Formats: sequence, C-alpha cells, structure tokens
Amino acid sequence: MAGKSIFDKIWELHTLYEREDGETLIYIDRHLTHEVTSFMAFEGLREKNRRVRRPDLTFAVIDHNVPTTDRLKPIRDESSAKQIAALEKNARDFGLTLFDLYSPYQGIVHVIGPELGLTIPGITLVCGDSHTSTHGALGALALGIGTSEGEHVLATQTLWLRKPKKMLISLEGKLSENVTAKDVILWVIRNIGTGGGIGHIIEYDGPVVREMHVEERMTLCNMAIEGGARTAIISPDEKVFDYVKGRPYAPSDDEWGQALEYWRSIVSDLDAEYHKIVRFHLDKLEPQVTWGTNPAMTVGVTEEVPGPREFDDPEEKQAIERALNYMGLQPGIKITDIDVDVVFIGSCTNGRLTDLVDAARVVLGRRVAHNVRAIVVPGSQLVKRSAERLGLHRIFIDAGFEWRNPGCSMCIAMNEDRLRPGERCASTSNRNFENRQGPGGRTHLVSPIMAAAAAVYGRFIDVRELDLPSREEVLEHARAY
Amino acid sequence: MLEPIRIIYGKAAPLKLENVDTDQIIPAEFLKILGKKGLGGYCFYRWRYNEDGSLREDFVLNNPRYRDASIIIAGKNFGIGSSRENAVWALQDFGIKCIIAPSFGDIFYVNSMKNMLLCIKLPEEQVKILQELAEKEDLILRIDLEENTIKFKNRILGFEIDRVVRERFLQGLDEIEITLKHIDKIKKYEESMPSFMIPNPRRFIPD
Repeated sequence: MAGKSIFDKIWELHTLYEREDGETLIYIDRHLTHEVTSFMAFEGLREKNRRVRRPDLTFAVIDHNVPTTDRLKPIRDESSAKQIAALEKNARDFGLTLFDLYSPYQGIVHVIGPELGLTIPGITLVCGDSHTSTHGALGALALGIGTSEGEHVLATQTLWLRKPKKMLISLEGKLSENVTAKDVILWVIRNIGTGGGIGHIIEYDGPVVREMHVEERMTLCNMAIEGGARTAIISPDEKVFDYVKGRPYAPSDDEWGQALEYWRSIVSDLDAEYHKIVRFHLDKLEPQVTWGTNPAMTVGVTEEVPGPREFDDPEEKQAIERALNYMGLQPGIKITDIDVDVVFIGSCTNGRLTDLVDAARVVLGRRVAHNVRAIVVPGSQLVKRSAERLGLHRIFIDAGFEWRNPGCSMCIAMNEDRLRPGERCASTSNRNFENRQGPGGRTHLVSPIMAAAAAVYGRFIDVRELDLPSREEVLEHARAY
Repeated sequence: MLEPIRIIYGKAAPLKLENVDTDQIIPAEFLKILGKKGLGGYCFYRWRYNEDGSLREDFVLNNPRYRDASIIIAGKNFGIGSSRENAVWALQDFGIKCIIAPSFGDIFYVNSMKNMLLCIKLPEEQVKILQELAEKEDLILRIDLEENTIKFKNRILGFEIDRVVRERFLQGLDEIEITLKHIDKIKKYEESMPSFMIPNPRRFIPD
C-alpha cells in the first residue's frame, strides 16, 4: 500500500463523516477571523439565534482596516471605524478572544497565528482570507474560506469539503546569494500559472525548503493561492518544533512530548503518492519581478518586459497588451530600467522579522533615493517590538524610511496607505492586480531585498551584485547603533 | 435559508477576459460596507466607471445590449484571488444569476454555491462559441438544473455539476441544520482532542 502525505494524514484524522459522493465533514481545530470578512457570519448566527460552538478555538484580530500611523488618534475613515467597532462587539457578544488595536499581540492575522503559537503542526485551521495558506508552513492544514463557510465553522466547528488533489512541488538545488523565498514562489507561479494549482493542495519539499527558516517557508506557502491552489503545506521538522516551542499559546512543557510524538507521526511518508509532481532546479534562479497585473506575469531581474508578439494565442496577446497598458510599460524595456516612486515593505507575505532583517542588510549605510517614498509596516506588534529591541528601526528611519504600526496597509489599501494614480511601487506584498494598492496604482511584486534596493537606487537592480552584510552582521550593527 | 432554484432563464453577456480576480469584481474599499444590499453598484467598479463617475464605453457590461444580462460567459480562472464573498454578493445584487466559464477560482466557486449563484464549467471551445453567439445577437439561455442542460435557439448543451451543488439549488437547504445532525460525531472528536491541541495562553511574550 502506498504511503500517505501529511495532507492525507491530517485529513483522515479530522474526518468526521464522508458522504458517498465525496463530500466530507472535517473538524476545524482553529478558526482565525478579522474585521472584514466576518460581519455577515455573525449576523447569520444572530438571525438564527445560534452561538459560537467553540469560542476557545476562535480568535479575532483587527488588521485590514487599521491606520498604520498614530494609534492613539481616532480613525478618520468612518466606515473603517464602524467595521472595527462591529468586530469588537461581535467578539464581546460571542465570547471570543480579540486582539484589538491596542493589544500588544495585534497584527496581520497570518503573522500573529504562527508567532503566538495559535498555529501548530497537525491541526486544521481556517480563516476568511485567501492567504491562510501561510500557516501551512508549520504543517497545519490551513484553508482560506468565505463568509458563509465562516458562519458554518462558527456554528458547528466543522466544514464540508471535497478532498483536493495533491501536487508535490520539489524545490531542488541551492539558492544564490540574496535570492529568497519570494523569488522562489514568484518563479513557481510564473511557471504553473495563476490557475495551475486550481483544485489542488500544494506540498513543498526539497533541499531548498529544508534550508529555509520557518518564516521564509511562510512566504512560500502564503502565495500558493496566487497559483490557484487551495492551500500549501510543508512537513514540519526540527526547525518548526523549535519555532513553536515557548510561544504564548503553544503546548506547555508538560504536553510537549505528546505534541512532538503526534507531529512526527504526521509528516509525509517517503512513498506518499501525488496526482502531480513538479520539480524546480533553483541553482540559477535570479531575483524575480512582476511586470504585469497578475502574479504569473513575472520575469527575472536581468530579463526584459515581454510584448504581445511573443505570444500566439489571441486572448493571451490581448491580456499582455492590457497589462502593459495598465502598467505604463513598453515591451522590451529592461527590468533594471524601471524607476519606482514608492516602496512598501510589509504584508502577510513579507512582514516578519526575517524579512525586515533582510531589507536592513541593504538599507544599512545607504539612503532612500530622493524621489522615492518608502515605508516599512511590520507584520505585527511583536515583530515591531522585536525589531525595535534589536535596533533595526533606526537603520530604516535613518535611511529615510517611514516606520509604521502593524496592519495589512498598502497590500490591500483599505486604510489610508495607498498609491496615487500612476504611481509605481516596488512592493513585498502578494497581489499586483489592477488598482490593488490604490486606484491607478502600479505594483511590482518583489522580495524585501529587492524592494529595499529599489528604495535606495530608485529603480530595480540585480541584488546578487550587491555585497551585503549577513543577517548576523546587520543585527550586530543594529545593536551597536 | 435560500429559495430553491431549478431554472435560470436570461440573457448572456460575453466577458472575454481570463483571470478575472475578485479584486476587480469588487474593489477592497467597498468591503467596508456592512451588509450585502447595494453592493451591485460597486460590481466591476473600476471597469464600469471613469474617475468622474461616467460609464466607461469599453466595458462590455456597459453596452446597452447587455444591461439586462443575468448570465456572464467568461474566460478561464474566473474569480481567482481574494476569498471575499462580497464578490458573489455584488454580482448577485448587480442581477447576475449564473456564470459560465472554463474554470473558476476554488474559493469563489464554493462561495457562489453557498449563495446560489450558479457557476457552470464548460470546455473552453464551448465557452468561446457561446461568447461569439452572444456577441453576434441576443443570446437567451434556459438553464435547467434538474436536466443539467443549457437550451438556446434550437440547441441543447449538457453540463456536469457536483451532486451537492445541484441538491443545494434544487432544495435550498440550511447547511448548518444538516451538519448539526452529525453532532454526536463532532462531540466524539472533541472529547478525544488532546489538551495540547487546545490553545491556552500559557506564557506572555516569547523570548
């Protein structure tokens, strides 16, 4: 009999009932929720006089709407304030733990889940947000869901699902200096396409994954949805167990042995079977930059912006033309000749401490170009405080970056942080869709190192050519600052 | 609970674009609206309106011929991206009852089903034929969920659909009600849950 993948094992352990047509009732161990997608779910409960079945497994946080400027000032946007107030009331009425605007644990839902130890290996986790796949980096089966499904989980702590197919993406070789998880995931999406993962759960493995820090694996899992996948997952290893240990909600010391035993039992078997296996050799991978209006429209930093002539399919030609037009780019121009107006470092993709340290490696001893507006938005209060304790914030502030409070910020532009029409942004976020960072805004998705370099040079450069201090060296500098 | 639907009858509009993401169906700034009513006004907002609020002539759904369309025939990967269910609510409030495309974003597909916005997957060639027909002349479709057929002019197209989607449309069930029939299984799982799986605030700030 063939072996099982981590996904098979978690799925089986959480299956309560399976209909003959494959619809399966799955128990949900963790439900994270935020102010934007939860309102109608709570309204639905009220209408039917239902309660939240397991308030102790349900956690709420305010992240999408929050201003990243002074938290003590009232929120200017009336509808944002109303949406935030609604979640505060719902958390109160239904007895949920809420990390509100003033909580020392507030932050982007996909940053705080892992860092608080709410996300642990082997659990099922859902959140009304497509980037929930992030939590798969710890070996959790993490699904982004809609509001109706959210209401169903609130009421029953379960979800009806149809088992997705399994795609193994093996990341092989060794990454070049200053090439990061973000470049890897952009390369993967560029190759499988925006719909390549539809109906599938992606499992990442291979030497490149094993080499990565857990936070870098989160970047990898975070953007699986941009390749259409239902979610992504990575079998946990010692790095993950070390990461989880000691976090506020993590298993206690007494429970640790039992937890480890379970976590070691759910990793993928060597002979696990997959519907699809894709291998990428990454020795020669260069930093990646999106040029268009979906994350598959990506090229390497030494390449040129493609043109419609390179494509045969008339619809593809049309899509390329439309994207070039929106982005204000000519076919054939070099990526390194593109100037940027704004740099955004943050988001659930790249707003963690490792990302900020990486960006600081470039920023240390340099200055933001005079015509560039650059902001750093740490992913959470904990990330922000850790960075400040290490002295990293001074590196950014001295170089001319704005150092903000945590939230989704310019990744989704629901607060005041947004591009003006026509502005071009090097962004560490996850979506370069039309108008995503503000009406008429033009987004290029890149890694934190590439974004920091764009801030300094005012354009994209090949960061492999920079001689940068190591992470340890930059932290040493920061401490001595 | 939603009313059962067996027949969808309406005019089809061709939206010849691939990878239509939910950010385009409803931009993030309108996700702050609490509730579903009126979201149709913001459906495809940046594609429908110029900055001064006038209608954009280059957007197919603004064409007077398609103003009364209730079926969209779209390119592949419709509804990819953000999980926002508001995209479904906006389409419905805008008057859309069915989307036909070669493929859909997974989360959008499930969200649509839960709200009884019908998503039909058809092979790309068939979708293209329907798009061309809808461009040439008024294309009125009669979609029958009991027969799994799309009828127009003198033609019939069959389509496949998950049994659970079909049941939902034909019976209009309250899913939570159905799930709670399995309450004994839910309780049994909860009783066997080891304590380390349950999050307790055991420590304060990590080192």
